[in-house]
Amino acid sequence: MTTTLRRLSPLLAIAGIALGMTSPAGAEELRIGFISPMTGIFAQIGKDMVNGFQLYLDEHHGKLGGMDVKFIVEDSQGKGDTSVTKAKKLVLQDHVHMFIGGLLASTGYALAPVSNSEKTLYIAPVAAADDLTQRQLSKYPYFFRTGWSSSQPTHALGQWACDQGIKTVVTIAADYAFGYEQVGGFQKAFEDCGGKVVQKIWPPIGTKDFGPYIPSIKRNADAIFSLMVGPMSLQFPKQLRRSGYKKRILGGGTSYDEFVLPFMGDEVIGDVSSLMYSAALETPKNETFVKAYRKKYGKVPSYYSETNYTTAEIIDISIKKAGGKYPGADKFIDIMSGLKLDAVRGPVSFEDRNPIQNIYIKKVEKKKMFGYPKAELWNTVIKTYPNVSQYWTYGKEKFLKQPVYSKDFPRCKFCE
Amino acid sequence: MDTKFWIIQAFNGISYGALLFLVGSGLSLIFGVMRIVNLAHGSYFLLGGYVALSVIAATGSWALSIPTAALAVAIIGLLMERIFLRPLGFDPLRQVLLTVGFAFLFQQAALDIWGGNNMDINPPAVFNNSIVIDSVYFPLYRVFMIVMALAIGIALWLAMEKTRVGAAVRATVDDAQMARGVGIDTNRISMIIFALGAFLAALGGVIGGAFLGIYPGLDFEMLPLAFAVVIIGGMGSLGGAAIGALAVGLADNFGKALFPEVSYFTLYAPMVLILAIKPTGLFGRE
Amino acid sequence: MSSEKIKILVVIAVLLALAYIIPHSTSFVVLLATRALVFAILAMSVDILLGFTGLASLGQAAYFGIGAYLAAIMTTRYHFGLNWDFWLLIFLGMLAGAALAAFFGLFAIRASNVYFLMITLALGQCVWGLAYRWSSLTGGDNGINVPVRPSFGLDLTNERTFFFLVYGFFIVSLLLLYILVRSPFGHSLAGIRERELRMRILGYNTWLHKYIAFVIAGAFGGLAGVLWAFTNGIVSPETVVLTTSVDALLMVVLGGAGTLVGGVVGAAIVFGVREYLSTLVPWWQYVLGGIYVLTILYLPSGLMGIPAHIRQWWIQKSKDKNPKKLASVTS
Repeated sequence: MTTTLRRLSPLLAIAGIALGMTSPAGAEELRIGFISPMTGIFAQIGKDMVNGFQLYLDEHHGKLGGMDVKFIVEDSQGKGDTSVTKAKKLVLQDHVHMFIGGLLASTGYALAPVSNSEKTLYIAPVAAADDLTQRQLSKYPYFFRTGWSSSQPTHALGQWACDQGIKTVVTIAADYAFGYEQVGGFQKAFEDCGGKVVQKIWPPIGTKDFGPYIPSIKRNADAIFSLMVGPMSLQFPKQLRRSGYKKRILGGGTSYDEFVLPFMGDEVIGDVSSLMYSAALETPKNETFVKAYRKKYGKVPSYYSETNYTTAEIIDISIKKAGGKYPGADKFIDIMSGLKLDAVRGPVSFEDRNPIQNIYIKKVEKKKMFGYPKAELWNTVIKTYPNVSQYWTYGKEKFLKQPVYSKDFPRCKFCE
Repeated sequence: MDTKFWIIQAFNGISYGALLFLVGSGLSLIFGVMRIVNLAHGSYFLLGGYVALSVIAATGSWALSIPTAALAVAIIGLLMERIFLRPLGFDPLRQVLLTVGFAFLFQQAALDIWGGNNMDINPPAVFNNSIVIDSVYFPLYRVFMIVMALAIGIALWLAMEKTRVGAAVRATVDDAQMARGVGIDTNRISMIIFALGAFLAALGGVIGGAFLGIYPGLDFEMLPLAFAVVIIGGMGSLGGAAIGALAVGLADNFGKALFPEVSYFTLYAPMVLILAIKPTGLFGRE
Repeated sequence: MSSEKIKILVVIAVLLALAYIIPHSTSFVVLLATRALVFAILAMSVDILLGFTGLASLGQAAYFGIGAYLAAIMTTRYHFGLNWDFWLLIFLGMLAGAALAAFFGLFAIRASNVYFLMITLALGQCVWGLAYRWSSLTGGDNGINVPVRPSFGLDLTNERTFFFLVYGFFIVSLLLLYILVRSPFGHSLAGIRERELRMRILGYNTWLHKYIAFVIAGAFGGLAGVLWAFTNGIVSPETVVLTTSVDALLMVVLGGAGTLVGGVVGAAIVFGVREYLSTLVPWWQYVLGGIYVLTILYLPSGLMGIPAHIRQWWIQKSKDKNPKKLASVTS
């Protein structure tokens, strides 16, 4: 890592404090700060994020758009508080041109104001809170998203479920903002197409024993939509199947993504979820990416890695367009906004600082892929919704008139 | 909500309580003998799960992983008591704080050794089945957890009531000074009990790992639950731990099922009330 | 000069030096120092309980949290506290902390030792649960952004100016708490810490003494909370999580319980390692855990106890015929 040298010189840094120095950096170097959890409970996701970005950097000899990159990784410890401090450190001390990262939606909300106060570009490859690029778009002019907005993939899944002839659905989702937004998107699109959400269950985030919830699920509904995060994802399908449930399970982005999939059992085969990326995407670019990533880090990349790889690519192209130098936050955002690129996940363009991108409906299958010898679980793409906007098909104006998805919106009209 | 609903919810609550008993009983015993709250108890739970994963990866045997992991963590507990806690003498506050320090160290060590992926312990396939009675599904693994807890509980009870060491432990719980007076080596008792507590927590980790998963952060999630068991049941009492575990398991389960909005309060508010009314818990001795 | 006076002079000298050095350091150091000072106020409130009353609280985040949420809600919803009324907000924050402590104290003060630790933990968790679940008020998991700092003639968006504001609050708190522990009331608290039964026999209402100490600690917790909301710019359930309470307690133990200023030393070390050292090395957690363990094992009176140890060691050395051991090291 390019940070090694800096890490080896703590003495110098301490001397720096004592003398109250700030070190001005060279002009031709692109300084990128990266904030992700490297310790604590989200450490592995944080490493996956960094690895995605690092892989792109390594493939391009440590340069983006012709500029040498100084890539500074800071440990957020998975906490909003610490993320803010580290972001300020990157801006105030390292004078970074931009900072990238933030895992949880709440971290996105914590970091966005830092970009304002310091007028520094903040790129969010993961943090998905809808409103950061919707109703609060103008509030955070230096915020740019290369990942996704929470409800973006589930709008598509709601439409798909309806098209499959599914009439009634029970939703069960982690009880926090990300859960509300994913369920909200699903419910809105599903019901606008004629489906009915007949029950909404909200286990607290971190629930692993679904014993209290599973017996209350209405068994006469056609399917279940689940939104699980982290360790919840492993336990829910297993426990649900053991309770004798035989119908279809649909899932939000993080219920079956490649971060949890390798640790799942065969009971998840056939479950369907939606996201803007699948490691089983059969395009040459993805195959190359999966193979390179797996070779280097020993695991199949999850969307956490892909989105950061793509972020590096977006910066690479934009710097090139800017003539091999960083043109300042405003200009750089303009360039990125006008970009159309063919990323690992498929074609990406931008609208209101959020990607327009393919949403993939994915089915878990056990099979061999990309020449790997063992049969493994993969998220096979069964349908692609091309160029999906964060406003789905509603149009910006109409969409923004409704409130942000929450526990109370859309209302559960068909719950008893 | 028909009878079936209540039956399955009660069953779920009891099986969860069974798991909590394994964690809580160790914490309770340690408190009884040493008067300290072991804040590294959740770490033992997590370490148990991780060691089991390594054993399964190496030997492929789930059955072997249970005793191996529990014994390995028991040794860690034993060393921690012998090397770090004992030199502090009788100073509960400093000992408690010391266990916090260890909890942090264990957390980072586990992350460095096993990585931070969300993992799962897979027991033999037979446990994926359920016993079906009149269209009510009783997952076999939950039945297994109840049986395990019962077996451990009975074994512990016999050991406490029928053996010489057990009698010495009971004497130490009642009055450590008196126990020393009659020639009981309370230092040795502390060491044995601390190791036993670690053993039970790790056992809980292996068994619970197939049910909760094994991942960083699990240590600090289990800790408050184990606290709740011990607080409600009363510290230092095996029977109290059993009743506390059952109470927490059922309260948590029914609380979440019936009043999902206040699910955190169903756990902590009773804790506060019980402590306010009877600071030593329902079955605790001052 | 008495040793007490020397200590006071040393503390004053160090604090003055800090007031000079820190604003001349890098912005990041200023930021960290500000954060550490806010936590130092919280740690001192814990010290009133732990060091001077003998009660180990694992729920101090509750009062910290209520102050922080109060500030966040008042400023974002009602635009209150952004002008001269900031001082009123400070007062309200302390009042809220004190009121919550007055309520919780009814449950907690009955218990002692480890039971007190457990009940304060449970109470703290109740507040955390509220912050987390009562989303209409607290913003739930996302928390509340506090985008602006108050302005009343001073430009508090400037981190250096803001540092001096927090520094001022810290000095005033230190002074007030020092007067408190030196007062007859403070002496009775120490008496309770050493021999509660005896104090009761002497006719002291020990419950009331402990209760008042608990409420005062709550008030200063609330003060720290209000400052934290503006320091941090975001208030979320993370602010009131169990580890905040654990941190505050460990800071006191690290620095030295019963010294007040020990909390500053503890806060400086914790923030220094967690937020500064972590920018330099990836294994900072071992450093922090190691410092905790070693301090608790070998420095029962915390880092502030080091001079005393050295002095004792010196005396010991100069009279090496004297067989008396360093009793206090192991006691």
